[in-house]
Amino acid sequence: MSGYLGSYATLGILLVVGVVLFGAAFAGNRLLRPHRPDPGKLTTYESGVDPVGGDWAQAEIRYYVFAYLYVLFAVESVFLFPWALVFARPGFGTTTLVEMAVFVAVLLLGLLYAWRKGVLRWT
Amino acid sequence: MPLWAELVLRLAGVIVAFLVLPLVVGQIEHKVMAHMQGRLGPMYAGAFHGWAQLVADGVKFVQKEEVVPAAADRHVFRAAPILALLPYLAVMLVLPLGPGLAGQALDIGLFLVLAVVGVGVVAVLMAAWSSANKYSLLGGLRAAAQLLGYELPFVLSAASVAMAAGTLSLSGIVEAWHPWWLAWQLPALLVFFTAGLAEIRRPPFDMPVADSELVFGYMTEYTGLRFALFLLAEYVGIVVISALTTVLFLGGWRGPFADDALGWLWTLVKVFLVAFVIIWVRVSFPRLRADQLQRFCWLVLVPVSLGQLVLTAVVRVAMS
Repeated sequence: MSGYLGSYATLGILLVVGVVLFGAAFAGNRLLRPHRPDPGKLTTYESGVDPVGGDWAQAEIRYYVFAYLYVLFAVESVFLFPWALVFARPGFGTTTLVEMAVFVAVLLLGLLYAWRKGVLRWT
Repeated sequence: MPLWAELVLRLAGVIVAFLVLPLVVGQIEHKVMAHMQGRLGPMYAGAFHGWAQLVADGVKFVQKEEVVPAAADRHVFRAAPILALLPYLAVMLVLPLGPGLAGQALDIGLFLVLAVVGVGVVAVLMAAWSSANKYSLLGGLRAAAQLLGYELPFVLSAASVAMAAGTLSLSGIVEAWHPWWLAWQLPALLVFFTAGLAEIRRPPFDMPVADSELVFGYMTEYTGLRFALFLLAEYVGIVVISALTTVLFLGGWRGPFADDALGWLWTLVKVFLVAFVIIWVRVSFPRLRADQLQRFCWLVLVPVSLGQLVLTAVVRVAMS
């Protein structure tokens, strides 16, 4: 495949071929496997006893803090890549470097704050 | 060669590698783990040292009944293992095996790889939530928090290499690589490898699966072929992480001699060496608790990778 978008066409075709391949695998699987459902088999697995409570159980989620922290830094890393390609080219130099250092330092301050607040330690 | 023939050849090569390399790694894991623990491992299937064990496993998995729990969200439940595998298939396409030898060279290969590997978390959450099982849900939430957290050091340490090479093309990075980068990029290499282990939920970062407390985490309700696909995803993950470590940090196809002719061999040797270390780590280290794991990520890996960025930037600007 030639051209800029041509190289992505290969990727697209590969993904389509992948889906077709898995589809074929499941079709073969359907022919080979037995199919005898019964209520006991279809019960939610809970270590052998009858399931307690609803299907989608409520649980305390402490992980949302990590999701926030992640969003903070994911944005940074997206900005980082275009910068990473050009910062050493002629005409950029030290100023570019300091600018990025300030940007990263602000984010680090956020991480430091989260750490001092104790969100990374469970009690 | 006509265009379509070349295309078929490329795609077939990628798919064969995608289906065969994980099995080789899986078999190596069986045997290496066994010998490290003073066992023999599989010895029966295929007669010679159990080489066909995983083929036999595959035949068994295909014949097993598929059970979708009555409470599960059927379509999401069934789609999840496919979504777990497709990102790795895309990654295999762009990984260079030798000079000019890749499924498809992309000029933003590294960016694509990092973006696509991140899709794995969606598959895990789909499997966890659609199972309507408490073990699955707990495992899935742990996995999501872990994958989000470790994505950062993973991406930042890869960014360090992109800065050093000045390109996002994977083969461009290998061409720009010098042996002294091993020292210069060493912290990034260690961070990338560790975060990579966590990204594919390998021990000691297998808290989301944690078979002794969560049954099998988000895969608890899976049986038959779909379960096999999740296992395949784990081993494709090992291949992908090993190959990325090789390409980004260990010089890819650059070897002691004959880079042009034997480049593919050097790449494969390095990939399998890294895969061996991944297996070795599994045998050696105890599992980290979920909060220890997060602290390790945020207070060790992220600061180290940020420090590496500073080091890379300063050295690069000083050199130019």
